[in-house]
Amino acid sequence: MTNDILLILPEIILALCAIAGLMAGAYGGQDALARPILWFISAALVAMALIVAGSSSTTLSGFNGTFVNDGFARFAKVVILISAACVLVMSEGYMKTRGLLRFEYPILVALSVVGMMVMVSAGDLMVLYMGLELQSLALYVVASLRRDSAKSTEAGLKYFVLGALSSGLLLYGASLIYGYAGTTLFSGIITTAQAGQISVGMLFGIVFLISGMAFKVSAVPFHMWTPDVYEGSPTPVTAFFATAPKVAAMALFARVLYDAFGNAVGDWQQVVAMLSVLSMFLGAVAAIGQTNIKRLMAYSSIAHMGYALMGLAAGSAFGVQAMLVYMAIYVTMNVGVFAFILLMEKDGAPVTDISALNMYSKNHPGRAFALLVLLFSLAGVPPFLGFFGKLYVLRAAYDGGLAWLAIAGVIASVVGAYYYLRIVFFMYFGDDKVDALDANRGGILGGFLIASAVIMVVGIINMFGVEGAAALAAATLVN
Amino acid sequence: MENNLLSIVTFMPAFAALILAVFLRGEDEAAQRNAKWLAMITTSATFFISIFVYLEFDPSNTGFQMIDEAEWLLGLNYRLGVDGISILFVMLTTFMMPLVIAASWDVKTRVKEYMIAFLILETLMIGVFVSLDLILFYLFFEASLIPMFLIIGIWGGANRIYASFKFFLYTFFGSVLMLVAMVAMFADAGTTCIGGCDVSLLTHTFGSETFSLMGVQIVGGMQTLMFLAFFASFAVKMPMWPVHTWLPDAHVQAPTAGSVVLAAILLKMGGYGFLRFSLPMFPVGAEVIGPMILWMSAIAIVYTSLVALVQDDMKKLIAYSSVAHMGFVTMGIFSANQQGLDGAIFQMISHGFISGALFLTVGVIYDRMHTREIDAYGGLVNRMPIYALLFMLFTMANVGLPGTSGFVGEFLTLMAVFQVNTWVAAVATTGVIFSAAYALWLYRRVVMGDLIKESLKAITDMNAREKWIFAPLVVMTLLLGVYPALILDVIGPSVSALVEHYDTAVAAGMTAADTAQAHN
Repeated sequence: MTNDILLILPEIILALCAIAGLMAGAYGGQDALARPILWFISAALVAMALIVAGSSSTTLSGFNGTFVNDGFARFAKVVILISAACVLVMSEGYMKTRGLLRFEYPILVALSVVGMMVMVSAGDLMVLYMGLELQSLALYVVASLRRDSAKSTEAGLKYFVLGALSSGLLLYGASLIYGYAGTTLFSGIITTAQAGQISVGMLFGIVFLISGMAFKVSAVPFHMWTPDVYEGSPTPVTAFFATAPKVAAMALFARVLYDAFGNAVGDWQQVVAMLSVLSMFLGAVAAIGQTNIKRLMAYSSIAHMGYALMGLAAGSAFGVQAMLVYMAIYVTMNVGVFAFILLMEKDGAPVTDISALNMYSKNHPGRAFALLVLLFSLAGVPPFLGFFGKLYVLRAAYDGGLAWLAIAGVIASVVGAYYYLRIVFFMYFGDDKVDALDANRGGILGGFLIASAVIMVVGIINMFGVEGAAALAAATLVN
Repeated sequence: MENNLLSIVTFMPAFAALILAVFLRGEDEAAQRNAKWLAMITTSATFFISIFVYLEFDPSNTGFQMIDEAEWLLGLNYRLGVDGISILFVMLTTFMMPLVIAASWDVKTRVKEYMIAFLILETLMIGVFVSLDLILFYLFFEASLIPMFLIIGIWGGANRIYASFKFFLYTFFGSVLMLVAMVAMFADAGTTCIGGCDVSLLTHTFGSETFSLMGVQIVGGMQTLMFLAFFASFAVKMPMWPVHTWLPDAHVQAPTAGSVVLAAILLKMGGYGFLRFSLPMFPVGAEVIGPMILWMSAIAIVYTSLVALVQDDMKKLIAYSSVAHMGFVTMGIFSANQQGLDGAIFQMISHGFISGALFLTVGVIYDRMHTREIDAYGGLVNRMPIYALLFMLFTMANVGLPGTSGFVGEFLTLMAVFQVNTWVAAVATTGVIFSAAYALWLYRRVVMGDLIKESLKAITDMNAREKWIFAPLVVMTLLLGVYPALILDVIGPSVSALVEHYDTAVAAGMTAADTAQAHN
């Protein structure tokens, strides 16, 4: 029993921090304490990241195998915690000037992070669902944080309705699997789900389960909510949506596919490959016509999820490693890009129109250059780190016998390069009638932007050891 | 043998760019001057150091030399080295860059960024020629698109946006298929080392058994597929007919210095790629596809020469003439014999000097009149005698007059292809006549005749800076024309080793393919 408690100690501490923050906020004069709570939660997230990273390197499981703490979970948790902390810190200034800095915001983020941590450690369909819902409920609320804005409330509602639908799909799949496997434990399911002798009911269960999870990673054809929610939510919330929950959902995807159905790769490989190729192409093509940078980033994230799924579709430990590396790089790039979007202001009001960046490089050469690096990195153009993420997943797909998927991926990346170049075009080649954005002080946001761009360049030397960590993590998941 | 010389040559310009980016502030006159001088000093110093590379290089050794390596991620290696095929391209790059910077002395807008872009471009171009790791090569090869995209887009002409996007997307699309082939090579050979290590791609034999894919018989199997993937990239870069259409646009819109770099060095990456990868690594594929490429080259030579004839924009004319001259290069390469490869490399180096010089001559009058229309000029010889002389020299070199470097390459490649396919040689030879037609006609319309246009009455001849830029190019063009051994002696041993390797590999691979065919 004590061992079980110790196993989920980081989750418990984080939940307690959230509750403490809630108490402080409720009794301490509402939003007056919002700032300290935000910093307190951020510090707690970073501290948990350090604890998780430093905890024992063996695979432990508790609560009768329903909760697993292995290298894979630890890797995903560290990425989730750090990206959530970064986004929280980045939010502060923006939320404050817009009067959005309510004390509930950091608390809801903390709670959804707890949900994510449970998700990636799930060893059982029930725990999986529990984590997923804890995460999602908190996210629905933060999406509509700007209560007086129709767009924001619409985003929250859309996200909620469609999210509920996907949860239903997932639950339906889970019940089918339970019916045919006789257990909800992944370790039990994997003995039933052997390649070649999987029952039709189980197969349906897998497909429904995958559909539910595809919704969470916003893979095509379950992506419809993404652009609207990204556009409608306050920008810091969008930044959060684009980072931590994506990592968690992708890790959960890998967890289910390998822990529960690792012996039946052939049965789900085609489904995942299809999701991947559709996401890559739709993300690349649909983003071309966007004029709002948040919508554009939504389609960009759909395309990137396609590439990450390419790693998963490979069906090998190297594929999982590739996916983890890809997600880590993706999150770093997105933190930088959203730091930039948060800096986009005109007369104090946030601007999200891409054409507002006309000749941005004239007044802000440093920031423009940092964004240039990030955009080329997102497009997967060498020598930036984003290219290595693509190289990893391409190699994994090729080694997994999915050469066609690799070819489709590189072709989609050429289409995708166009819309990233369009932003560069506005910043550098635009005409001279400058309607300049505010020359606000960069502060923390500028720091995140520059740091993320520097990582894209310096990281190609050794990726700061992420490569090795991801390899260890993947090895614990795939045997 | 540990040797850091190549790393220094490669990364010195990028280091200077970093210094410029971090320490140089302001847009005033003094800052602009500092940026220019720092770029000038760096590129000159890089050339100076590359001379040491050249002196240390031993032409009789056909392997890779001055290897510099370190471990890298994903099981890749950071590995640089030169052999007889790459050394001259490195020298060409370091030689041209100071001239390019000098030619940009009058740039007024965003001088600092301009110099940074060119310095980074130099690092990437040298990197392409010295990298001995597949992915490292791809890294440099692709990354060179970024500064060139910005150079065309920021400092280019009126239609620069269209040209820069076309340039980037066209070449990017060509290269990504190569990336997939590289991943396949990595999986097949288990290494990304190009050469100079125990297990390398140059010694590995890729499968060449004919198989059928979706009902199509693929003669030469894997090798043919990989050859085609690499071909997609290098043919666009080269550029070969019919995928050359990005080049005229890019050339016309790029600033003069950008055009010079594009014509003199960036195009050579394609030819270098054929020599480094396509020919030695996929010999069977080259043997299968080669005859078709010979015909494509012949068509390119004749067709683009005819197209050049009707251009009314000087830069566009020279751009089409570049495509025609690159046709000789591909023709030489895929003749796959000693003369062919010698001629192709010679042609690439000499074309680097000649086309660079031609774009500079256009730049000289463009700076004065701000138009590239051929009709806007005429009779320049009356006001600009020195200019007329230089323009004539390079026009003649472009035509391939004996005594200039342009002759040697064309002659060698034609001789080589004559041994392989007489008809291709016959068609290509007519291209020599067409090239004389368009080049001499251009010269007549711009330089000769009476100076009747009012706007030209006050035009001045070249100033000292401009003359000095041309001096080294004149020397190289004439020197290589009368003493081609300067190049042929350096590349000879490596080329003959490559030809020998190619012939044995083709013989072995074709037998294997035939036996497989017999079994089916």
